[in-house]
Amino acid sequence: MFNFDIVTTWLHNLLTGTLGLPEWGAILTESILVALAIITIYAVFAIVLIYMERKVCAAFQCRLGPMRVGPWGTLQVFSDVFKMLTKEIINLRQTDLFLHNLAPFLVVTASMVTFACLPWNAGAHILDFNVGVFFFLAISSIGVVGILLAGWSSNNKYSLIGAMRSGAQIISYELSIGMTMLTMICLTGTMQFSEICADQAVNGWNIFRGHLPAVLAFIIYLVAGNAECNRGPFDLPESESELTAGYHTEYSGMHFGYYYLAEYLNLFICAGMASTIFLGGWAPLHIAGLEGFNGVMDAVPGFVWFLGKTFFVVFLLMWLRWTFPRLRIDQILSLEWKYLVPISMVNLVLMALVVAMGWHF
Amino acid sequence: MNFTLFVTALLTGVSFVAVVTILAKLIAPRSFNEQKEEAYECGIPTRGRSWMQFRVGYYLFAILFLMFDVETMFLFPWAVVMRSLGPAGLVSVLFFLFILVLGLAYAWRKGALKWQ
Repeated sequence: MFNFDIVTTWLHNLLTGTLGLPEWGAILTESILVALAIITIYAVFAIVLIYMERKVCAAFQCRLGPMRVGPWGTLQVFSDVFKMLTKEIINLRQTDLFLHNLAPFLVVTASMVTFACLPWNAGAHILDFNVGVFFFLAISSIGVVGILLAGWSSNNKYSLIGAMRSGAQIISYELSIGMTMLTMICLTGTMQFSEICADQAVNGWNIFRGHLPAVLAFIIYLVAGNAECNRGPFDLPESESELTAGYHTEYSGMHFGYYYLAEYLNLFICAGMASTIFLGGWAPLHIAGLEGFNGVMDAVPGFVWFLGKTFFVVFLLMWLRWTFPRLRIDQILSLEWKYLVPISMVNLVLMALVVAMGWHF
Repeated sequence: MNFTLFVTALLTGVSFVAVVTILAKLIAPRSFNEQKEEAYECGIPTRGRSWMQFRVGYYLFAILFLMFDVETMFLFPWAVVMRSLGPAGLVSVLFFLFILVLGLAYAWRKGALKWQ
């Protein structure tokens, strides 16, 4: 199995040994490289995801999707980015300017730091705290503050209603996300993402290992994750037929682009977490007793497994989005508080029983 | 190293937004117009400000959320060590959960979960 540690230790030795940099110089250089890597991967995945969303949506609606700009419309997203860059950023007369400009910072920074939490491969993770899951939940809730600020500072009724709906929805569904992650931590016994993956590489994927409670938790996670990204049947904060564009109505040009970017990256992060916690992250598929099969699966590098699983979950979430009609706010809140929270609590107890009695595989 | 990387990721996000915003302001055209600086609400002139009192329903859910979020915060350390705690730990956490479920049942019964 390819371990990314080889590359990082080689780089560190190159910087300190061959180039003769002091320790702080090496760490500074590595930090800059990490920052560049984050921005590059972030931008590339945003473009891939927006193109994928358009094509998947078109397929579900029996259309072709973007076809004109570039071969099969592949350059469409690039042209959109350039269009956004060259549009004026309008500051309205009655907005709270400081908060209006601060909100995109919070949203993008929260999504970038959570993006850095994803384990891509064995050894290829940026933020790997021993309280990783906790840290992830804490940072991802900063995005809500950005959304509420955006709605509040715009001095526009549509924005305000959109932000309030979004805030109520995101904090409610965060409970389910936390509970399902808690359920899986009972099984793995660690909160560190790299160890969760390493554990699944040895013992098999969590979703198979925890059978019934794990599958239930996975389904709840998908529903809650879709709501957390303000997508799919839960997109009423920006329901275009009633609220124009919800909390980002008053944002123009690149300011709007940040929200667009963060929305798609949050989709990717949500899917990446699903694949890390439930589907094994970079751990390959192993079937006990089939040595040849396991050998072939081991030959596939870890990041291919991770990306394959993540894009599978992304496709599932897009499928959900384009299949169900939009819910009302009271339906959304009652779905969470009257169904998902009680079910996930029972599920947590069930998982605790399964682990305590040793009924898992 | 972890905290260095955390600060790196944080600064990356902040500087990304700052640099791209400055770039956009440099590239983009600029024009001044009375109409353009109005708030967009369907094209009709806005009436009143939107910094006003908002309905209390959202606030109720925020309070409920606080209760359950603190609960999950307390449950995380238990989940990590639950294997070594054994049945005794499981029973005491069941009591903890039971009290919380009582709280949820009370809120439900009082109609706090109903949207009106």
